[in-house]
Amino acid sequence: MKIAVCLKRVPDTTAKIVVGGDGKSIDETGVKFVPNPYDEYALEAALALKDKAGAGETVVYSLGADAAQETIRTALAMGIDRGVLLQSAGSADGFVVAEALAAELGTGGFDLILFGKMAVDDYNHQVGLMVGELLGLPTISAVSGLTVDGGRVQAEREVEGGVEVVTCALPAVITADKGLNTPRLPSLKGIMAAKKKPLESKPVTLGPGAVSVVGLSLPPERQAGRIVGEGPDAVTLLVQLLRNEAKVI
Amino acid sequence: MAAILAVTEQRQGALRKVSLEAVAAARLIADALGATVDAIVLGAGPVEGVTGLGPSGADRVLHATHEGFGLYNPDGYAATIASIGGSYAAVVFAASATGRDLAPRVAAKLRTACATDVTALHVEGGKIVATRPVYAGKAIQKLVLGGAPAILSVRPNTFAPGKADKAGVAETVAVPAFTQRVTVTEIKAPATAALDVTEAPIVVSGGRGLKEPANFKLVEDLAAALGSAAVGASRAVVDAGWREHGAQVGQTGKTVAPSLYVAIGISGAIQHLAGMRTSKVIVAINKDKDAPIFKVADYGIVGDLFEVVPRLTDEIRKLKAE
Repeated sequence: MKIAVCLKRVPDTTAKIVVGGDGKSIDETGVKFVPNPYDEYALEAALALKDKAGAGETVVYSLGADAAQETIRTALAMGIDRGVLLQSAGSADGFVVAEALAAELGTGGFDLILFGKMAVDDYNHQVGLMVGELLGLPTISAVSGLTVDGGRVQAEREVEGGVEVVTCALPAVITADKGLNTPRLPSLKGIMAAKKKPLESKPVTLGPGAVSVVGLSLPPERQAGRIVGEGPDAVTLLVQLLRNEAKVI
Repeated sequence: MAAILAVTEQRQGALRKVSLEAVAAARLIADALGATVDAIVLGAGPVEGVTGLGPSGADRVLHATHEGFGLYNPDGYAATIASIGGSYAAVVFAASATGRDLAPRVAAKLRTACATDVTALHVEGGKIVATRPVYAGKAIQKLVLGGAPAILSVRPNTFAPGKADKAGVAETVAVPAFTQRVTVTEIKAPATAALDVTEAPIVVSGGRGLKEPANFKLVEDLAAALGSAAVGASRAVVDAGWREHGAQVGQTGKTVAPSLYVAIGISGAIQHLAGMRTSKVIVAINKDKDAPIFKVADYGIVGDLFEVVPRLTDEIRKLKAE
C-alpha cells in the first residue's frame, strides 16, 4: 500500500499572535512552529495502515518555506519513509495550493492520499478536497473513523446531531478530523533514523490566485465584565441580569 | 443582471436553519451589488420549509431533484451546483459539516478558491470583501474575493435570517450526469438527539473543575433547564476521554458564537477563549477569581460550582415555569 500524507508547518496553537509590519500576516518572531495538529492524525493513519498491510511506502509532502524541512523530519521521526518539500511561499488561495499538490501527487501512484481536515493557521479547510477533485479521486473529508479493507474505504464523519457513514473505493483522498486516532510520538530511535531518511526539495510556482489577503488584525478586546458575586447566593442576581439586562433567557 | 446563488441544506426532507443564514448572507451581497438571489434546494423529493426561503431573501428557489439526493451526495451535489455556478457572481454556502465539504468541491470544479467560515461581508469597488477568523479566532483576516464566481461559506449563527420578503419563485434545475465516487450510506444519530455546539443558541460547557466525568450531569441539567442549549467541553476533558471530541470548544475543536455561553469549571486557556470569545454573552462560574475566563466573561460568579450550578439550574427552572 502506497500512502501520501500532506503536512503543513503552522504556529503552535498556544502561540500568541502578533500582526506583522505588512498588516496582512503574522509576526513570526519568537513563534514556535509545529506540524499542523490535524495532519498528525493523517500521519498516524498512514503509519497504522502501512503496519496493517505489512508492506508499502509512506511519503510526506509539505508545501512551504525551507523551514518546513524540520516539520517533515518530525513526520519521518514518527516513521514515515521519505519526505518531499515543495518550496514555496504559499498562498491564501487554497485552489492554487491544491493545483501544485495535485500536479505532484497525481504521478505518485498512491492508493491513498491523506490530509488533515484543515490547517489551524488559515482555517481554509479546502486543499484536500480540492486535490481530490482535481485528481478525479473519491474524496471524503473530516473523517473521525476509517476502515480500509479489500480496496474499499468506510469512513465516519461527524455532522450536526449525528455521524455520516461514507464509503468509496481506493485510490482515494481522505482528510482527517480529531478523534480518528492518537498520533504516536517520535521515539529516540525514530528521531535518529529520520536524519538519514531521504528528503527531497524542489521549488514549485503557484498561480496568482483569485483570493488575496488585504488585512489581518487582532479581534477587538472583549470588555471584561463583572463578578456578580461569590457562591450560590449570587445566583439570583445573575438570573435577573441575564433576563433583564442581557435579555438572553 | 448579476445574481448570487445560495446553497441550502436539507436533512430527511426538511430544510435546515443554516439554509436561511446562507440566503441572508447572499441577500446582503446581492443588495450591495444590485443583484438577485437564487436559492438551490437539492433533495429526493419535496423539501419541507422551502416556503421560508422567499421571506429570507430568495427571489427564486431552484429545485434540483434526484432519487440519489435524499442523503448528502457529495459528487452529485457538487456537479449540479457547478453546472450552474459559473454564471453567478457569488455562490454562498453555510460553513456546516455539509457546506465545508461541498464548497471546496464546487470551487475546484470551477477552478477557483473559496473563503471558509466567513463572519462578515461587504462590497468594495464591486468586489466582495470577506472577514473571517484565522488562528482559531486569535486574528481576523480580510480577503478580497476576486474569483468568478466568488465562493464562500458563512459561519453558522452569524448571519441572522432577514425579513427580505422576496417572491421565492419555484423553478427546476436539471441534475447533470455525474460520476458517483463517494456514497453516504446513512446518518447514525447519537442516543440522544443533542444540539450541535456550533448551531445552538445557548452553549453550556464544562471543564476540569467538574473533577470527574459523571459530574457533567450538572452541565447537562443546566442545559436542559435553559432549553435549546448544547453541551460543550474544554480540551482538557475531551483529551481525558470524558466527552466526545465533537463537543470540544476552542482551537482544534469548534468555534462557537451562541447568544449565551456558560463556562463551568473552565479556567480559560488561550485556545479555549479563541473558540468562544465571539459569543454574545459569556457567563463564567469558577472557584479561582484570577482565572483568565473572567477576563472575557460578561458575568462571573466566583464559587464552588457544585454549589452554584445546581442553584442556577433550580432558579432557571422556576423562571421557565412562570
